Amino acid sequence: MDKVEIYLPILIMVAVGALIATVLMGLSVLIGKRTRSKVKMQPYECGVDPVGDTKHPVPVKYYMVAILFIIFDIEVVFLYPWAVIYDSLGMFGFLEMLVFVAILITGYFYILGKGALKWD
Amino acid sequence: MIGAEHFLIVSAILFAVGVTGALISRNLIMIFMAVEIMLNAANLAFIAFARIHGDMSGHVIVFLTLTVAAAEAAVGLGLIMTLYRRRGSVDASKFNIMKW
Amino acid sequence: MNLSGANIDFTLLLPEISLAICGFAILLLGVTKRGKDFGFGLGLFGLIAALAFTVQQWGTLETGFFGMVTKDGFSSLYNIIFLLAGIISLLIAQTYLRAKKIDKPEYYALVLFSILGMMVMASSYDLIIIFIGLEIMSIPLYVLAGFHRFNPKSNEAGIKYFIIGAFASGFLLYGIALVYGAGATTDLRLIAANYHSMAQQAPLLLYAGVALILIGFGFKVGAVPFHMWAPDVYQGAPTPVTAFFSVGPKAAGFAALMRILDFGFDSMDEIQSVLWILAVLTMAVGNILALFQDNIKRMLAYSSIAHAGYILVALTVGGEGAVASGLYYLLGYTFFNLGAFAILTILDTRDGTDSRFSELTGMASRHPFLATLLAIFMFSLAGFPPTAGFFGKLYIFSGAVEGGFIWLAIIGVMTSFVSVYYYLRVVVACFFTKADHPFQQVAMNPYLALALIITAVGALGLGLFPSSWIDLSRQAFASFL
Repeated sequence: MDKVEIYLPILIMVAVGALIATVLMGLSVLIGKRTRSKVKMQPYECGVDPVGDTKHPVPVKYYMVAILFIIFDIEVVFLYPWAVIYDSLGMFGFLEMLVFVAILITGYFYILGKGALKWD
Repeated sequence: MIGAEHFLIVSAILFAVGVTGALISRNLIMIFMAVEIMLNAANLAFIAFARIHGDMSGHVIVFLTLTVAAAEAAVGLGLIMTLYRRRGSVDASKFNIMKW
Repeated sequence: MNLSGANIDFTLLLPEISLAICGFAILLLGVTKRGKDFGFGLGLFGLIAALAFTVQQWGTLETGFFGMVTKDGFSSLYNIIFLLAGIISLLIAQTYLRAKKIDKPEYYALVLFSILGMMVMASSYDLIIIFIGLEIMSIPLYVLAGFHRFNPKSNEAGIKYFIIGAFASGFLLYGIALVYGAGATTDLRLIAANYHSMAQQAPLLLYAGVALILIGFGFKVGAVPFHMWAPDVYQGAPTPVTAFFSVGPKAAGFAALMRILDFGFDSMDEIQSVLWILAVLTMAVGNILALFQDNIKRMLAYSSIAHAGYILVALTVGGEGAVASGLYYLLGYTFFNLGAFAILTILDTRDGTDSRFSELTGMASRHPFLATLLAIFMFSLAGFPPTAGFFGKLYIFSGAVEGGFIWLAIIGVMTSFVSVYYYLRVVVACFFTKADHPFQQVAMNPYLALALIITAVGALGLGLFPSSWIDLSRQAFASFL
């Protein structure tokens, strides 16, 4: 198909990028000098000595925020098609969307009242 | 040339993967993700069929099912979280207080 | 965009809207300090308002919102079943929730949203709207099953119901996708009209799609072999929730199945043999496994599986008479099954109970009235005359014989004879078993009494005037054609 041709520059770009990266990495592996000391093999933590285990249990409130984010994030999906044909839907579409947003806000006030968003 | 039929094949494979995963996995999170794969397989099928038939409603349906899946995910994760806090495990084979 | 042909008529949705508004009001008031106690009252108000609007809609035959919403006699009758189940389960819920210290306003809002989903399911010809209704129904139910947060059994019930429910909706959605692929539409009216050309062009897609849809709903109504979740969930969930489970979602599943199978795919003859097998398996497995239960909730779970089997018999036969008898049976089942669960809930409000058969001993001497009512509901479930259970089974099985399904009727009657044993076990435990320890007193209140009166009057009233109710169901079914 002809349309493949328009992707050709991108393909070349990808190829050149990959080539440069491989060559540079390869060169550094081949001709670089290696020192293995105990200090150097330690996990790097912003220059501070590492403390404790990396497998920390994450506080539950992160999950709460994540779960709430999924819901409100995905509901916005309905606003995009509505915005695209906003003009042709007119007043009716506007009012319908107001109802939709009102339902979302009810949910928001509910989680706010429940204290689900309180961080401390 | 990749046509809509190929997407249908992918969607069928995804559905099979989802069903198998949900049936053989012991981890609740894994089962849940397998179920999400099933829903997304259906979404892919809707899009592919909409493309084949030149019909818009398939696209709209995907929007709706995505939202439904998100709501389900929120409730499911909430339930799994409650269970984990009380039992300290998400292994499905350990939940057998009730037996017939 | 042209909205003129859409018939956007919000009066069609008044029952649904009143439920939604009351549900949101309960949630919002629930986070304030004073508003926590309004949950029960507002919930009951919403259900009664929705019931009033539904009764008012009786006899209309209208579609709106681009054909997405259909209000006909069929949907009205089903909506009345859902709302009655909701009202009765709400009446028995408050006492139980208070006794278990989990009386939160969210409970009532969740019940309202769940019923809203069922009503959406019953009032549409569009597969996608049915799917969305199913999800609006199921998602609150997952939470309700796990509502007793500090009870490990309830946790387990919630998670099991969620996993199985989500799994089933995956099947259902993929089935709908395949049917959409076969005909480029999800509207059952168009599918019914173009069935033959669809079956010629894409038979594989169509058959696979319908099979997956059947599996999806099989899980929801608890048909064998998709029933294994039911006993665990019924046992683990709080008892008033179990009462609601055993009627609401089941009826909603059958509402959708009747529309899909008896209208959309009416011309697909192969469905009948599949349904035949499902009905026989469901009746046999449900009734036989119920014999071996020690826990009354588990026993009633298997019994509700068996009752789904009887309604599947009506679906197998198909046609106006059979489906109308299925509807009549479902209406009766709503009353007597909820009645049985209402008494179980009252017994469960005491501390340290686990709804075992042995806990019933001595009930007759301590609470003769409650014990008698329980016996009436058990006789109704078993199908003794003159209860609604008897006439429902009579109509279903005689319809099966008339339709040429003699073996189906014989198996049905045989399995329901088996069921007499385990229902009578309850009665025997109440009346004729010697108690080794005194029966623990239960407290009554007006709400519980009202729930018992409604269910008892319903179960007996449907049995006393079966023909007028059958006519009503027939009317309802005729209006959807």
